[in-house]
Amino acid sequence: MSALLDVKGLEVAYGGIRAIKGIDFHVNEGELVTLIGANGAGKSSTLRALSGLVKPAGGRVLYRGQDITGTPSHTLVGLGIALCPEGRGVFARLTVHENLLMGAFSRNDDEQIAREVDEIYTMIPRLKERTRQLAGTLSGGEQQMLAIGRAMLARPRLLMLDEPSMGLAPLMVEKIFEIIDLIAKRGTTILLIEQNAQLALENAHRGYVLESGEIILAADSKSLLADPRVKEAYLGG
Amino acid sequence: MSMEVLLQQIVNGLVVGSVYALVALGYTMVYGILQLINFAHGDIVMIGALTALFTASALLGAGVPPILALVISIFVAMLVCAVIGVATERLAYRPLRNAPRLAPLITAIGVSILLQQIAILVFGRNYFSFPELISKTPIALGVVTITLNEIIIFFASIALMAGLLWLVHRTKIGTAMRATAENQKVAGLMGIDINRVIAFTFAIGSALGAIAGVMVASNYGQAHYFMGFMLGLKAFTAAVMGGIGNLWGAMIGGLILGLVENVGLIFVRGDYKDIFAFVVLVLVLIFRPQGLIGERVAERA
Repeated sequence: MSALLDVKGLEVAYGGIRAIKGIDFHVNEGELVTLIGANGAGKSSTLRALSGLVKPAGGRVLYRGQDITGTPSHTLVGLGIALCPEGRGVFARLTVHENLLMGAFSRNDDEQIAREVDEIYTMIPRLKERTRQLAGTLSGGEQQMLAIGRAMLARPRLLMLDEPSMGLAPLMVEKIFEIIDLIAKRGTTILLIEQNAQLALENAHRGYVLESGEIILAADSKSLLADPRVKEAYLGG
Repeated sequence: MSMEVLLQQIVNGLVVGSVYALVALGYTMVYGILQLINFAHGDIVMIGALTALFTASALLGAGVPPILALVISIFVAMLVCAVIGVATERLAYRPLRNAPRLAPLITAIGVSILLQQIAILVFGRNYFSFPELISKTPIALGVVTITLNEIIIFFASIALMAGLLWLVHRTKIGTAMRATAENQKVAGLMGIDINRVIAFTFAIGSALGAIAGVMVASNYGQAHYFMGFMLGLKAFTAAVMGGIGNLWGAMIGGLILGLVENVGLIFVRGDYKDIFAFVVLVLVLIFRPQGLIGERVAERA
């Protein structure tokens, strides 16, 4: 089986300092793959390079066999890649509904979009109660739900989630992961970047451990959860 | 002071203020999306006025009826201004998008001078008289008098502003404009081509400016290459007064400025009329720097 996303020797540098030192990983169609690591390990840099927000210093990114290295972010959406950014990035001065519609910006099938917006509301009822509210008035967890719903409206084949649990209360984190799980079960391929290694590995099929810009471990989630090095460094012993 | 004089000045103020509001929208739209004070906007208005003036005169000379000449010349002016607006963004501002904010500001002043020089080359440095395309015979309306030209200026401005609000708040491209104004990176992630949205913003603002230019020139019956300077400063004042970046603020600021200026004329000689705009600007900056309808003015981190 060929990978949906295949990253080969990816390097990211900021002013001469290499944040990502040539990493390889792949995500197969239908998989939920997680990239875990401590703060500053290079998780977000990797995602930024994949989504066209920074130009990689080296390496290649293949999506469905096509080279998409350095493609600007607004073009990636049309190819079926959506990124739900770190810190959620909802448009605070747009309503919840307008935020969702912006997720579908590159599409023109208005009736189908309306149906999918309703599906999102069914999946995340909290958003439905707040349709006309400005997104800036939502709680952090609700904003994260909105950001995920918005990304789904691009109808991605590959959904990339950057630290969806960041800054949220445990109860809310659980809810967010329920939604992620649901999306994965419906067949969307997901690349999940997380600091909360325990939760990420419990939900993912496979995982990669990133440390100082390099991948130091790659295995299926069960083995990673059982791995003593992972236990010690990321799962609190 | 008699009631008649006050009422008359209020009417005059609303007419002039509605034009200030149209120009102020151009400043505030660009500021909202790029945090740039586009000082060349006043000169776009001037180019619009002169383009329409020469187009209308040529059409009248060819025997075209005045109303048709007016409509055609407005469209030509809108097109010319939209193209110039988009071109200045592409050539002068976009290369500086990540530069310190002072750089594009100074560039904007440079573009302003450049546009004036181009106007001199193309049209000349004289005062040109704007043909009377709509009747300017005073009509008595109770105690005040007003011309048909003024009535049309006022209501056309209101209609254009309503149209703009509809565009920005009720359409997909308008929502994309607001999204881009708030967070360009995330807007890009949504599939929005932010360069196109920014170009569109300049096109709309400049086209509105062109119409405002035609209104001013027809109201005063003349146009010249330097007319955009004072008009631009006043419209900028109106935008700041309302709260720059805020569409409602620009509209209300424009109307208030027109009223202040014209009611103020009751108390001072006409030569000092321009003082009011700048007294208002200084007072607003001291007491309410975020503007009357203040949105966030905090610098972005």
